[in-house]
Amino acid sequence: MTDGIWSAILGRFTWTALPFVRAWETPTISEIIGAGAASVVILGAILLATLLTVYRAWRPLWSEWLTSLDHKKIGIMYVVLAFVMLARAVIEAVLMRMQQASAIDTPGFIAPDHFAQLFSTHGSIMIFFMAMPFLTGIINYVMPLQIGSRDVAFPLLNSISLWLTGGAAGLMMVSLVIGRFSTGGWSGYPPYTELAFSPDVGPDYWIWAVTLGSIGSTLTGLNFAVTIYKMRCPGMTLMRMPLFVWTSLCTSILMIFAMPPLTVATALLALDRYLGFHLFTNDLGGNMMNYANLFWLFGHPEVYILILPAFGVYSEVVSTFSSKELYGYTSLVLATMAIAVLSFTVWVHHFFTMGQNADLNAVFGIATMTIGVPTGVKIYDWIWTMFRGEVRFTVPMLYSLAFMMTFVLGGFTGILLAFPPLDYLVHNTLFLVAHFHNMLIPGLLYGMLAATHYWFPKAFGFRLNEKWGRISFSCWVVGFYLAFMPLYVLGAAGAARRTQAFFEPAFRPWLYVAGIGALILLAALATLFVQLWVSIRERDANRVAAGDPWDGRGLEWSIAAPPPEYNFAVVPSVAGRDPFFDGKRSGAAYAAPARYGDIELPRNSATGPVIGIVGAATAFGLVWHIWWLAALGTLAVIVAVIARSFVRDVHRIVPAAQVERETERWLRTVSAARAIPREIETTPANQGLAQVPA
Amino acid sequence: MTSSELRHTGLNLGGTGEISHEQAETGLFGFWVFLMSDAVIFALLFATYGVMLSATAGGPTPTAEYKIGPAFIETLLLLTSSLTFGMASITMKHDARPRGLFGWLFVTLLLGLAFLGFELHDFATMVGDGAWPMRSGYLSAFFALVPLHGLHVLFGSLWIVVMMVQLAVFGPDARVKLNILRLGLFWHFLDIVWIAIFTIVYLQGLIR
Repeated sequence: MTDGIWSAILGRFTWTALPFVRAWETPTISEIIGAGAASVVILGAILLATLLTVYRAWRPLWSEWLTSLDHKKIGIMYVVLAFVMLARAVIEAVLMRMQQASAIDTPGFIAPDHFAQLFSTHGSIMIFFMAMPFLTGIINYVMPLQIGSRDVAFPLLNSISLWLTGGAAGLMMVSLVIGRFSTGGWSGYPPYTELAFSPDVGPDYWIWAVTLGSIGSTLTGLNFAVTIYKMRCPGMTLMRMPLFVWTSLCTSILMIFAMPPLTVATALLALDRYLGFHLFTNDLGGNMMNYANLFWLFGHPEVYILILPAFGVYSEVVSTFSSKELYGYTSLVLATMAIAVLSFTVWVHHFFTMGQNADLNAVFGIATMTIGVPTGVKIYDWIWTMFRGEVRFTVPMLYSLAFMMTFVLGGFTGILLAFPPLDYLVHNTLFLVAHFHNMLIPGLLYGMLAATHYWFPKAFGFRLNEKWGRISFSCWVVGFYLAFMPLYVLGAAGAARRTQAFFEPAFRPWLYVAGIGALILLAALATLFVQLWVSIRERDANRVAAGDPWDGRGLEWSIAAPPPEYNFAVVPSVAGRDPFFDGKRSGAAYAAPARYGDIELPRNSATGPVIGIVGAATAFGLVWHIWWLAALGTLAVIVAVIARSFVRDVHRIVPAAQVERETERWLRTVSAARAIPREIETTPANQGLAQVPA
Repeated sequence: MTSSELRHTGLNLGGTGEISHEQAETGLFGFWVFLMSDAVIFALLFATYGVMLSATAGGPTPTAEYKIGPAFIETLLLLTSSLTFGMASITMKHDARPRGLFGWLFVTLLLGLAFLGFELHDFATMVGDGAWPMRSGYLSAFFALVPLHGLHVLFGSLWIVVMMVQLAVFGPDARVKLNILRLGLFWHFLDIVWIAIFTIVYLQGLIR
């Protein structure tokens, strides 16, 4: 009887779901690592709560940040989330590399089941909770500034997206402390993830975390696309948009069309697991190929969702730090659009070996190779942009150069994989692992790090430390090559991916090199945090309050750093592709507006946090079969949405007098600043005012 | 282009609304985009259904389970509800008083609920025959697709109730009008999806 009550309240939770209990019962190194990770989550949460209490920061955190609908603050919160998740996933990667390097003809120190959880969480986190929040955060911050808008089209929806993603990421963290995660990889293929083979909570954590995240991303895509279509300032025609806005638009369109397949795939898998449907099971007519098609209908466009924003960042960075107009703007736009369209035509290349006929494979192989063409166009455009420019090797520029070299290399191995007969040989080996890391590390991570270094002074009003930036950059590049080039060799030699232990002594030296590479990547991550620490400590020496530290070209540089909450005192109007750069040359920049007006901004709202937190609680209830929690949570979300629709007082007014005061103060800062030439832009002499060559 | 040219044809916001016409335009466009991504979800479920049609695993088949009579009545109910929602939209644009609008919304709600009643009865009959989703891949695909449409109609009905309450509380102000316009898009969208379900699921299943 009491058992019945407990299972009604706690679902299928038992004490052994806690890693501490498991480590106590069977104290192996593998279990102790699990318990250690769980303690880090708990101690981290306690530490954060303590700090917030000591510094009395709860209330400001809530009213200034968590409930904010300001696209800039939401963008920053996305990036913070990405960094937290990046830290966890990099540590997991290092653990896996250490395990493989130490497990040649021995079992190593991580048990197979634990190893499988590590590669599943590493992949899921890197894609859904590092890469997606990172690029969403950067677009959120930069894109409205670049198109001369005061916010995104739907600020509340923006907050809801953030909190759905945050809630899902929270669920990932909870899976470290309560229960276990899926062992089915980041793609969660059935029938392995069906009840018949994985009856535990693992796949359910994966399903609901990914589902919440995918809904958040769909809404984000919708929001960004509508913002770009409808909220551009006067004169900003489509072909005058900065290239980063173009790539953001294409990424948004891809999100709108490519995230629903993922939602469908995970929802149908949930129907199988929760209600006994037979969509992907082995028996009674289920067909896992449906899942493979649905998942990769999402999965391939996803690759371009991740990479296109970075292409936009490189376009901005290369042009700015070469002091030249972007070469081949039109061809870059066309190439971006071509990539976006082609990305929907290649998904079968993710499963060449799964039984379709050779002709079909050939069609998809050729389509895959075609994508190399527009990508090649882009690389040449960036090279031509640098040609005869005054190239300055700042940190963002270094990342851009490292990207160009490394990404081309990854592209070549992609062409190899696109060739079906060759794919049969290296499918499911470390060759593939090396290939997609070779695309995504330069094609996403370097891009986002370049973006962080490039726009950080805009967002916070001071530059990041240059020396530590270079150290971190070197570690990311050297670490990448050491960690992943050996995997090409291993994969070509037949080493299967996701392998917990090897039995081939010839692999040993390559695994050692890869292990050293992983440690250097860990150092790269650590130096990023050191850089942030040092930069914050030295912030007073590196202020760029005038707002233009790099002789920038777009509208985002034409305002103060950090920008006021309303972005622009008066909505700008533009007449070319590089409005601010041209304005500085013609003397039109830094003009005081003739007239100030009241500005209407969205009021803060708790709707986002409520929906995100309750949504995550609902998901938790579903994972553990705590039905009362799931039902209550669903109801609460519906009630919250309806209640919000009755709120009428959703705007507040920033009075014209305040706008005038703040703008005048900033203009005084600008006139007091010393204009500097580009040679000393990385020194404290840079106050954010660029010297315009006569 | 002046702001008066941007006026949305379905919306009569009046001269001094709290929402500008450009904002209304943006809000409505966003909902169109949402419907597009919702359409992708239905398209994929249709594709899945098509692939799974032969996966009956020795269980009930489409020909045995589908009844043209109730499916036709459901179609009539939903199509008529689209007409009545159209009447609601016209009333909203041309009649300043909320009574007519209120009435047409109420009729639409009744038709939507009647549709749901018939559909639930269909499902109950099927399950009574042993055609439940756990029986085969084909039935799983059917019960993933058709009830999702029903769930949409349920949410649409709830939305109608909410809008009727808001009409009573706020009167037909700009935000209420904009939301009714969005709701209208949603409702007509469900009609289109149902036409696809009637054709691809029911008619195709019966002529095999």
